[in-house]
Amino acid sequence: MTVTSAPPIQRRTTPPPLEPDQPQRTTVSAVRKKRNRKSYALFALLAFPNMILIAVFAYWPVIGNIFLSLTSWDMVAPTPLFIGLDNYTRLFTDPDFLDVMGRTLVWVSAVVILSLALGLVLAFLFSLRAPGTPAVTAMAFSPHVISGAAVAAIWLFIFDPNFGLSRAAFALFGVDSPSWTTDSAWALPALIIVAIWKGVGFVAIVYLAALQGIPHDIQEAAKLDGATRLQIFRHVIMPLLSPTTFFLTITQIISAFQSFDLIAMMTGGGPAGSTTTLSWFIYEQGFQSFDAGYAAAASVLMFVILLCVTAVQLRYSERKVHY
Amino acid sequence: MNAPTLPRAISSQEVRRRRTPWWTILVLSLVGLVFLIPAYWMLTAAFKPNSDIYQWPLNFWPETFTWDNFSSAFAAAPFGRFFTNSIVITTIGATVKVSMAICTAYAFAFLQFPGKKWMFLGILGALMVPGHVTLLINYITIGNLGLINSYAGIILPGLGSAFGTFLLRQHFLSLPAEVMEAAELDGAGHLRRLFSFVLPMSIPAVVTVALIAVIDDWNEFIWPMLVTNTVEMRTMPIGLMYLKQTEGMNDWGVIMAGTVLVVVPMLLLFLFAQRFIVAGLAGTVVKR
Repeated sequence: MTVTSAPPIQRRTTPPPLEPDQPQRTTVSAVRKKRNRKSYALFALLAFPNMILIAVFAYWPVIGNIFLSLTSWDMVAPTPLFIGLDNYTRLFTDPDFLDVMGRTLVWVSAVVILSLALGLVLAFLFSLRAPGTPAVTAMAFSPHVISGAAVAAIWLFIFDPNFGLSRAAFALFGVDSPSWTTDSAWALPALIIVAIWKGVGFVAIVYLAALQGIPHDIQEAAKLDGATRLQIFRHVIMPLLSPTTFFLTITQIISAFQSFDLIAMMTGGGPAGSTTTLSWFIYEQGFQSFDAGYAAAASVLMFVILLCVTAVQLRYSERKVHY
Repeated sequence: MNAPTLPRAISSQEVRRRRTPWWTILVLSLVGLVFLIPAYWMLTAAFKPNSDIYQWPLNFWPETFTWDNFSSAFAAAPFGRFFTNSIVITTIGATVKVSMAICTAYAFAFLQFPGKKWMFLGILGALMVPGHVTLLINYITIGNLGLINSYAGIILPGLGSAFGTFLLRQHFLSLPAEVMEAAELDGAGHLRRLFSFVLPMSIPAVVTVALIAVIDDWNEFIWPMLVTNTVEMRTMPIGLMYLKQTEGMNDWGVIMAGTVLVVVPMLLLFLFAQRFIVAGLAGTVVKR
C-alpha cells in the first residue's frame, strides 16, 4: 500500500518545554535508564492488552484443548474425568469418524482444486481487459464479502427442486432437478458448488495481481523464440505464478477445513451425515452431544493437520525462487 | 498474426478494440451472469408475492411488487433486534480491535521492550491458530467469566488482533524515518507523534484494517451462534436460521427478504470502498 497524500508536516515554532521531572544533574546512563523505563511502561500499556487477549483466546485454547481431549466431560459435571488417550483411540477406531475424515478430504480437495483452476481461468479472462472487466471483477469478488449464511440461503432457494432455478436449468435438458440438499448423493456436490461460487472471485483477483506482475518482455521473448501459446503458458507463466498458487493452496485449504456456515445453513451435516466434515463433527460432538473431551480430541487433530499445512508454507515460502 | 506494418500513432482505445476478440466479451458476460443471476433471483424473490414465486414455469420477470415478505420476516423473527445486535457488536468490536491494533503496532514499530522480537513472533504465531479449533475452550472461558449470552461474550474473543497488528506495523515501519526523527527532535511525545504524524500518513492502511474488521464481525456466524442462547441476542446472519423451516416447505419470499437485509449493508460498503477491501483481502496477500 502506498500513501497517496501525506499531509503537510507542521513544525513546532515554540521550543519544546523542558520535562519538569527531569533532574538537573544526572549521568547519561541514568537518564537513559529512566527513559527506557518510561518507554517500557508505554510499550506495556499499548501492546499488552492485545497480547493478553491473544494469549487467552488464541493460545490458551490450543493448550486447553489438549488437556480437555484427555478427559471425558459433558460440560455440566463440576470436573472433567481424566481418561488418558481414550478419546484418540475412539477417534481412530470409529468407522464413522474415518468416513468424516474421508469426506473432509474430498470436500477440501474439490473446493481448493476447482477454485484455483477456475480462479486462474477467470484471472486470464480479466487480464485481457475487455470492456466491462472492472464491473465483472467486482461482481465475482462480491460473494467473498457477504455472509456465508446469506450465500447459503440464496443457493438453497436456487437448488429448490420445485421452485428454484435448478428446476428451470434441468428442464432445458428435459430432466427433473435433483433434490440437491436432501439427497445424500447430491448434498456434498451442492455445497462444493456454493463454496466455489463464494470463493473463486478472491482467487481470481489474487491471481490477476500476480499475472499483472509478470513482465511482458518475458512472454515476448518466448514468442520470438517460437514458443506456442500453450508452451508459453506451461513453461513461462505457470512457473512464474507458482508462489501465488502455493500461497492460495495453503490459505484455501485452511479456510475449507473450517468452513461451517454454508453447512449449517444448507444441510446441517446431513442428510444421513453426508455433509458432516471435520468442522461440523467438532460442533456436533461438542455442542449437540455435549461430548466435550471427544470434540477436543477432534479439534486437536484439526489443529495438527492445519499446523502441518502452515509448516509446509513457512518451510517453502522462505525460498525466494520457485521456478 | 498481423503483417508487419509501419508504426503509426494509434489511440489506446483502438488498441483495446483490436486486442479484444468477440469471444472474450461473450465469456466475460457469461461469467458476469453467473454472479449476477443469483443476486437478481434473491432480490426479485424478496419483492415477489407468493403467487409469483410458487409457480411453474418460473417467473423471471416479477409482475407485482410487494413489501409483504419484509413485514413477514419481521413478524417471524425480531429482525430489528438482530440488526441492532449486529450493529452494536460490529461497531464496538471493530473500533476496539482497530484501536488496539494501532496501539500495538505503534509500540512494536517505535518503542523498545526487552524480548520485543519474541513477543512479535508470538503475535504472528496466533495467525496459525485456526478459529474453529478455539471454539470449545473459548466457550468454556467465556462461561467462566459469566459472559454467555452477552455482547461482551460475543465480542471479547475476537478482539485480539494479530492480522491488523502485523499489517499496521509493516506500514508504520515503512513511513519516512526523517519525519519521525524530526517529530522527536521537536519534542513531540509519543501520543502526538501517533496522532499528528503516524496516523495521518497511514489512513489507507487503517481504513483497510477497519473495513476487514467490520466485514468479519458482521458476517461472523458460528461464535455468536454458540455464545448466545436467546432469540434477543442473535445477530443478523444467525437470524436467517429462524426464517428457515426445519420441516416442510420453505417460505422463499420471506427468507430472501431476510437475506437482502443481511447482505445489503456489506454490499454497500463494498461498493463504496472496493479499492481498500480488495487491497486488504487480496492485494496484501496476508492471510487472516
